[in-house]
Amino acid sequence: MMINSTDVVAVLPFISVALGSVGLLIADLLIPAERRHVTAWLAAALLLTAAVIALSLLGSPTFEAFGGMVISDPTAFFLDTLICTIGLVTILLTLRYNQVRGILRGEFYILLALSISGMTLVTHANNLLILLLGIELLSIPLYVLCGIARPRLESEESALKYFLTGAFASGFLVYGIALTYGASGTLSLQTAPAAPNVSGDPLLLIGIGLILVGLGFKVAAVPFHLWAPDTYEGAPTTVTAFMATATKVAGFAALLRVLHGGLPGMESTWQPLVAIIAAATMIVGNLAALAQQNLKRMLAYSSIAHAGYALVGVAAHDTTSVVFYLTGYAFTTLAAFAVITAIGSSEGEEMQFLEAYSGLGRQKPLLGAVLAIAMFSLIGIPPTVGFIGKYFVFQAAVAKGLVWLAVLGVLTSAMAAYYYLRVVMVAFIREGSAAAPLPTPSAPRNLAAAISVAAVFVLGVVPALLLSMIGNGMLSTTP
Amino acid sequence: MTMAEWALLVLLGALSLASALGLLLSRNAVYAALFLVLNFSVGAVIYLLFNAPFLAVTQVAVYAGAIMVLFVFVIMLLGAERLAPAENPPGLAYQRPLAIILAVALLAVAAWALLSGAQIEPSPSVAPRPDSSPQAMGMWLFGPYLLPLQVVALLLLAAMVGALVLSRKS
Repeated sequence: MMINSTDVVAVLPFISVALGSVGLLIADLLIPAERRHVTAWLAAALLLTAAVIALSLLGSPTFEAFGGMVISDPTAFFLDTLICTIGLVTILLTLRYNQVRGILRGEFYILLALSISGMTLVTHANNLLILLLGIELLSIPLYVLCGIARPRLESEESALKYFLTGAFASGFLVYGIALTYGASGTLSLQTAPAAPNVSGDPLLLIGIGLILVGLGFKVAAVPFHLWAPDTYEGAPTTVTAFMATATKVAGFAALLRVLHGGLPGMESTWQPLVAIIAAATMIVGNLAALAQQNLKRMLAYSSIAHAGYALVGVAAHDTTSVVFYLTGYAFTTLAAFAVITAIGSSEGEEMQFLEAYSGLGRQKPLLGAVLAIAMFSLIGIPPTVGFIGKYFVFQAAVAKGLVWLAVLGVLTSAMAAYYYLRVVMVAFIREGSAAAPLPTPSAPRNLAAAISVAAVFVLGVVPALLLSMIGNGMLSTTP
Repeated sequence: MTMAEWALLVLLGALSLASALGLLLSRNAVYAALFLVLNFSVGAVIYLLFNAPFLAVTQVAVYAGAIMVLFVFVIMLLGAERLAPAENPPGLAYQRPLAIILAVALLAVAAWALLSGAQIEPSPSVAPRPDSSPQAMGMWLFGPYLLPLQVVALLLLAAMVGALVLSRKS
């Protein structure tokens, strides 16, 4: 098979990030050890380029490439743009934090870029083989990134837990893919259920169920979420920020590809399953977050809860609402992590507990404001993007007759207000304690916080801006 | 399948089973590794019998060759030829009866499937690959599966960088 320009264009963001990360690997050798931030800036430039490329391809019509292995539509290119932007913001957060923590290493950025290349493949997957390879390519560098703060014990623990559960989840995924192939004789997401005599085949149903379990692990949906709190808590905060946002988006991209983009005619089969998982995820994630005193751990449970809200949109078969929700969630969470890395990049023990944030709003009003805005958006208070995002997914659920799911979502959101507002209260009302460290200044981090907060407000006030980009109900099933 | 092929298959199956048992029961790690080589090689012959020469060669080259060399190296480097006498860790006493029950259940299901005469055939939609020679495999890999092949290469690169990051003394 000859590769033509259509093939290249279809996965151009992936190709540019993949080639770029190999180039980064070579360039890093030439950069002296004390000038590692050059690697970081090179990686940032690479991701910016990839984001611009993906953005410029957003207008192109839907087409398949590599013999149907990959598909390119506005959703895919938008998610590419989003993932590359998240990577870019993460790099801005790392510059100071990683330096203080002694993990400003070239490999950090190479692995980050490799992981992003996997994510930009998942967004285009039209074939179970590509889906699996993309997920592995995004996961394996992340296992290492979690443990990169070696020999710090929490970091090693985080990496090991993530690796073991991740490998386990991959096992489910591979087994599910094998059964699906066995039932239908194809790995294509488009034709698998269309093969003769397989629509009701138990083999196919079990296969799809196992694939859902594997992807459920990746997005940390209940009951496959148990790895998330420990992994998020132990990993370096910059890695946690990346995992809570980019990995979540990529995991959902995989779910959207399998359920919304592929498997035509099987909606009635998976919808009840996804609805139940969404309900359990919203309830358990929010309940567990109530009890947390450690901010990183709280955000881990919060990320589980928000996976639940996004799953409501998945269950309602409304791709636009899911993509919008994820975009809003990603920028909001990045804003929160910008504050945590600011506190965490002071010398000495890392401050993760809520106590460390008391008086933050008085001593550093701007940083306190960013934290408060992030918390308001996570609750879903207008005019932040969190409100609009929740509005879209709940509306989609009601339109599909899943009223109970929407009601449950509103109820759990109200419950979530308690623990998010507690953070704001501690930061603004409580007196500052002498033990609380002052954040170290960092211009790139401030830029990252500014980008995130701007996105939270702009998308919250003018959601049409984003909606016009991703179009309505894209993800066409069969071209 | 001719009678001779059946006889060969039964013989190979018995050999495979015996080498697996030898692997599990031998208390010397080097013997266990050699039993594993035998097991892999028997598997390769079974693949040949099923007309999958590429898989057979890969099995020998990758498993019986490369991976076994790694195994033997690790055994030698650790000096772990002799296993310590078996003793059950106190918290895991339930594992042995559980394993026996599960193994018996698996055997029972397999025996039932065989004896009840259930037709074990691939789903009609799965078309058998007409040609599985190395040449045809190459055409597949560099034809329709070109993109996955390249992604696998990238994946291995990522794993290699990761392994170095985690193992290098900083």
